[in-house]
Amino acid sequence: PNQLTLSQLGGDERRVDSRTIYVGHRSCPANEAFIPPKFCDNRIVSSKYTVWNFLPKNLFEQFRRIANFYFLIIFLVQVIVDTPTSPVTSGLPLFFVITVTAIKQGYEDWLRHKADNEVNKYPVTVLEDGRRIRKESEKIKVGDVVEVEENETFPCDLILLQSSRDDDTCFVTTASLDGESNHKTHYTVPDTEKDLESLNATIECEQPQPDLYKFVGRMHIYKNNQEPAVRSLGPENLLLKGATLKNTQKICGVAVYTGMETKMALNYQGKSQKRSAVEKSINAFLLVYLCILVSKALVCTTLKYVWQSKPGQDEPWYNEKTQREKDTNLYLKMFTDFLSFMVLFNFIIPVSMYVTVEMQKFLGSFFITWDKDFFDPEIKEGALVNTSDLNEELGQVEYIFTDKTGTLTQNNMEFIECCIDGFQYKYRDASSELDGFCVTDGPVNKLQQKAGREREELFLRALCLCHTVQVKEPTEGFIASSPDEVALVKGAMRYGFTFLGLERKTMKILNRNNDVEMYELLHVLNFDPVRRRMSVIVRAISGDTLLFCKGADSSIFPRVRQEEVERIRMHVERNATEGYRTLCVAYKYLSAEEYAQADAGLREARLALQDREQKLMAVYNQVETGMSLIGATAVEDRLQEEAAETMEALQGAGMKVWVLTGDKMETAKSTCYACRLFQRNTELLELTVRTLEDGGRKREERLHELLLEYHKKAVQDAPPVKAAVTRSWSLTNQDYGFIIDGATLSMVLNESNESNSSRYKNLFLQICQNCTAVLCCRMAPLQKAQIVKMVKNSKGCPITLSIGDGANDVSMILEAHVGIGIKGKEGRQAVRNSDYAIPKLKHLKKLLLAHGHLYYVRIAHLVQYFFYKNLCFILPQFLYQFFCGYSQQPLYDAAYLTMYNICFTSMPILAYSLLEQHICMEVLLDNATLYREIAKNAMLRWGPFLYWTLLGVFHGLLFFFGVRYLFSNPALQDNGQVFGNWSYGTIVFTVLVFTVTLKLALDTRHWTWINHFVIWGSLAFYVFFSFFWGGIIWPFLRQQRLYFVFANMLSSVSAWLVIILLILLSLLPEILLVVFRKPRGPHARQKLSQSSAGGLQSPRSSARPLLMRTFSDESNTVI
Amino acid sequence: MMASSYNAKEEDGHPSGASGHGGPGVVKSKKPDNTAFKQQRLPAWQPILTAGTVLPAFFVIGLIFIPIGIGLFVTSNNIKEFEIDYTGVDMDSPCYTCAKNSSWNNTTPCTCSVDFTLEQPFESNVFMYYGLSNFYQNHRRYVKSRDDSQLNGGRSALMEPSKECEPYRKTDGVPIAPCGAIANSLFNDTLELFHIDSNGSRNAIPLVKKGIAWWTDKHVKFRNPGGNNNLTLAFQGTAKPVNWRKPVYELDPSDPENNGFINEDFIVWMRTAALPTFRKLYRIIQKKSSTTPTLPSGKYTLDITYNYPVLSFDGRKRMILSTISWMGGKNPFLGIAYITVGSICFFLGVVLLIIHYKYDTRNNSADIPN
Repeated sequence: PNQLTLSQLGGDERRVDSRTIYVGHRSCPANEAFIPPKFCDNRIVSSKYTVWNFLPKNLFEQFRRIANFYFLIIFLVQVIVDTPTSPVTSGLPLFFVITVTAIKQGYEDWLRHKADNEVNKYPVTVLEDGRRIRKESEKIKVGDVVEVEENETFPCDLILLQSSRDDDTCFVTTASLDGESNHKTHYTVPDTEKDLESLNATIECEQPQPDLYKFVGRMHIYKNNQEPAVRSLGPENLLLKGATLKNTQKICGVAVYTGMETKMALNYQGKSQKRSAVEKSINAFLLVYLCILVSKALVCTTLKYVWQSKPGQDEPWYNEKTQREKDTNLYLKMFTDFLSFMVLFNFIIPVSMYVTVEMQKFLGSFFITWDKDFFDPEIKEGALVNTSDLNEELGQVEYIFTDKTGTLTQNNMEFIECCIDGFQYKYRDASSELDGFCVTDGPVNKLQQKAGREREELFLRALCLCHTVQVKEPTEGFIASSPDEVALVKGAMRYGFTFLGLERKTMKILNRNNDVEMYELLHVLNFDPVRRRMSVIVRAISGDTLLFCKGADSSIFPRVRQEEVERIRMHVERNATEGYRTLCVAYKYLSAEEYAQADAGLREARLALQDREQKLMAVYNQVETGMSLIGATAVEDRLQEEAAETMEALQGAGMKVWVLTGDKMETAKSTCYACRLFQRNTELLELTVRTLEDGGRKREERLHELLLEYHKKAVQDAPPVKAAVTRSWSLTNQDYGFIIDGATLSMVLNESNESNSSRYKNLFLQICQNCTAVLCCRMAPLQKAQIVKMVKNSKGCPITLSIGDGANDVSMILEAHVGIGIKGKEGRQAVRNSDYAIPKLKHLKKLLLAHGHLYYVRIAHLVQYFFYKNLCFILPQFLYQFFCGYSQQPLYDAAYLTMYNICFTSMPILAYSLLEQHICMEVLLDNATLYREIAKNAMLRWGPFLYWTLLGVFHGLLFFFGVRYLFSNPALQDNGQVFGNWSYGTIVFTVLVFTVTLKLALDTRHWTWINHFVIWGSLAFYVFFSFFWGGIIWPFLRQQRLYFVFANMLSSVSAWLVIILLILLSLLPEILLVVFRKPRGPHARQKLSQSSAGGLQSPRSSARPLLMRTFSDESNTVI
Repeated sequence: MMASSYNAKEEDGHPSGASGHGGPGVVKSKKPDNTAFKQQRLPAWQPILTAGTVLPAFFVIGLIFIPIGIGLFVTSNNIKEFEIDYTGVDMDSPCYTCAKNSSWNNTTPCTCSVDFTLEQPFESNVFMYYGLSNFYQNHRRYVKSRDDSQLNGGRSALMEPSKECEPYRKTDGVPIAPCGAIANSLFNDTLELFHIDSNGSRNAIPLVKKGIAWWTDKHVKFRNPGGNNNLTLAFQGTAKPVNWRKPVYELDPSDPENNGFINEDFIVWMRTAALPTFRKLYRIIQKKSSTTPTLPSGKYTLDITYNYPVLSFDGRKRMILSTISWMGGKNPFLGIAYITVGSICFFLGVVLLIIHYKYDTRNNSADIPN
């Protein structure tokens, strides 16, 4: 709900290090030895390369990838050692890949250079010795006084010195920084001289740090021989690079942070690279294949020397060695033989797989951005893909961590009711009150009784005064950082009190009698999520000094007189269980002394350079005591569209949903009920401060006890995991929901006792993993990330997904395997840091169940298929070594070796991996359980891998020995002529290309015209190419090995027959398997297809009855 | 890899269309196109293999393959083939002496005769093969040891053969034509076939040496340098391969169309065999008349000019007489394979049929309604 919490608990803001800046580079009287300090210049460098270092640096980076390095080694071996295949066969694909990647990266870097230049060369105005000098932005130095005009962006981080507005403020929008488009007010440093030329001051501030909302500094102003005046500087004085000046003609500011030290630049560094589970699987498979490769080469080398040891085999008279071969050392020869075999078989790990996988990911991600279902007409935007590396991870999610406000709920607050002195006021939009605020007799609807008029008005004044809302000038709207405040101000408006705006520290209110009341705003005690309250200190015309405070009940109740609490508490709790957000309002009169003391304390704390936060907090806490409670408000946060359906579908898909929220437990719980995360029969296991304090014993003991009890309940007595998979669908089993709050969580995680700590953590995890839904309330942002991290690193390494919309969700979005940002109302920080961004929560369902599922199936099939097709490609070549004296004679022609992966078999699998829908999208969406079928990396586990490998081995054996037995009599033509070794290879290769392509055709369930075109097209291309390649005497070839080999092969009936036979025989087991697997698979699918045929009428047919039942009597907060 | 993490331009509030993000539409806030392709709704055929669809296929395959297999098997069985090993390993075999004494340095050719009897007459054209065993024509060092541009009549390659031909590239600085190990080890036994009449007289059987090499090899791939006239001149400045008795332009002096590089025996030899045991076409015995068989049953003598040593690498030499059918030479493999696969398919078809009717009475439509 609030943005100011990015690193609330970070605790690292206590920097001792500070920097001193001389405004306008003028030395100060206090500091005799004026040494201009060195700071970095104002150049933004986001580019990685320069023209000179591009080639070496880029090549170095590329060859750091293990695969590229491997191919480079193979290529070098081919160049150096006399190997069976020419270096071109592996050099060409590698060169292609490297070049394409280099061009792409170069282009991206060029764009960055261009963007950098645009920023760095942007002309700015700098005031130097009273003159205005135009400079390029990159020449700004720390200490320069910079002038910025309206609608310009700030070239670096500035301390605001002077504004053209007469109230010493300026407005900025930080839309490009965090996406918040509202205007923020920034203030000039108080009491600086109007004449900047004569300003003699130094600024002492902390070293640059990335937190956009934190800044501490101090300004010393020196006037002729007077004691230097000290002013405190805070984030409200700091204008950030990247923000834009609005509604202000021009401002002057002094540069404090420049270039790469600006908060903007610091914020966009170090977004870590996420790797998908599929990639890990690929690497594991790669290792297996590498082992296969090495063992093949070893076997061949060994056998070669065994074979050669027999007399007459090594060097028969017809096949003498060259002089050089004779001279080579035996061991060296063995080694080069080994390398040659490696090269011969290296196609088993193809370069093209990496290219294809990258292409698939890159092109595949377009389907997400293209999906019109993700388009939201309100914000006129669709989904956004920030990384294409994680597409398939969307199909593997096991844990979903979701924010509540803005994600599950709309963050569209509506004032529902309030309670004043224990009396309930419910607003009813009666027909007579078309414009709610100008009705003089008040829309306050008496239920039974009414509080005193004076109390009522006090309460409404409190609502009007205690906030940080701005009145937007052109239209009668309000702008605030938190939508709750707007709702409250609007609520007060309905009851007759209208906030007119804040001008020169004076708040104006239009009261019920249409009189304008004026209050001088003395202090704002800002909201923060730790205190969970905010206060204002105002002085009325009458001279009374008042403190109004609003905040969460837990933070207000201990600070008011206890006898008042009971009346209100009842209302607050009832409201909370109904899913409303409640705030309590309190006030107190400050006597003159009290105020003076508070004022002094606040001023002093604000000037503190170190530990300012803590000092301020202490003063705040001191001031906000002894208040009296006036009432409470209830604001409804509507659920997102289809939030419940989405959550239920996700749970049905086997995902565990954890709600992590900063909100209070009751509100969050009711939202969970509303979203059907908790159902009526869900047994809630609560582990909160309240339950801990129940027993009246020490918290630690109670914690221990409860953990064990819950563990017994949820883990030990639960049915074994197998049965539990279908738990949420069979109602016989008990569902558990777990609730924990921030304080308890930190007790669990930060247990002082080492051994206990890990034990508690384990217990906690096990309980959570056995619950269908977990609610963590009162979480600080970092705690959210902590939880994600804990689950991520738990046993089995489940795939986690975090979804959120606000800056407070960024940490968990970055932490989880997949981070989803919602393009919500709380700015763009979450979207920027996410991997995927969607406009609404409801889109998550399609993103995971349809897109994620399909992407996973596609890429898993792609990977397995690639390994398979290269195994059965190379296996015959390996087997051939047994028949050619282990001489590394390739079975296939070099052209075939090179083209196999590039041309003949690459396009069909790419098309498949982009277009396949083994189950159509509607069915996937309607039947969330289908998602479970691919859970836990089901298609890339060792089982399927073994299946594909065996299939590849089977095919390879079949191809080779089928043709081998045919060639026991090589007279295969009807004119008695014989075929040679190249015909042999060509027949094997033809069978191979056809089988491998047809195998894919068998697997294709979704034949679009593209699939047809590509599959039949590749086969046709193969035939065409073979004719072409064999039809011409190529002048650049040393050997015309394939000259008319293919045509002659086709003229042989036997060759045709064996090709048809082998293709059919290799596909037979596949077909059989599909048919025999049928009783489960297609059966279900057919039923699904029927339901989807009728699905247009009742889209959520299966889930419906369950939904209706569970929620009818649970709460009335559903829309 | 596809997403860049930092783009200064965009962060400064001037969104650029050319950022490194993973997809388009990053900047354009336009509604995505509602095309079938982009929405992944291209019309598609969605076949599902069920017992219902596969069943007929199995029967059809079975019904087609079994007859083909029987046909192949019968055809293969009808092919007459006679094979005789004349290596001369045993003491009592006629070529024992030749085999023992044969070496490349022999100036006087060694001849021997092998008698054999054909039990059955060979009716149609008979193809005469020589077969070698344990001869690694597919050894890499051997396979690559040739220069196709030299064989194609290239003049420069004739005088400067490719390095691949080593160590048979040059002899005393003079280029070898044809160079390389394959050419050097050209099979040079001469085989002659005689029919022994009932009265004991030897009748030479005419052996045709035309049409034993691939047409394209003979006419395109292999060419003499400078055409076919005066080969002696054309090959001037080259040396014969070290193991040869005569230069390349004397391979067949009787027929200029069969001399030099385009000598068919040479071309056949140059097409390297796939396996270490192989046969190569040597001669064709044309059928004379429709009434008499090409080779009537009876006694025959094979006269061998024994030049080619194979015992040093434990090799064997054979002479094979075979008729040819539309599927080539005798090879029962294809027939057996077809019959087996056909039967398996048929059997599976029956099994599937039983399963289908016993356990599955649902409709077996092939397509999901789209």
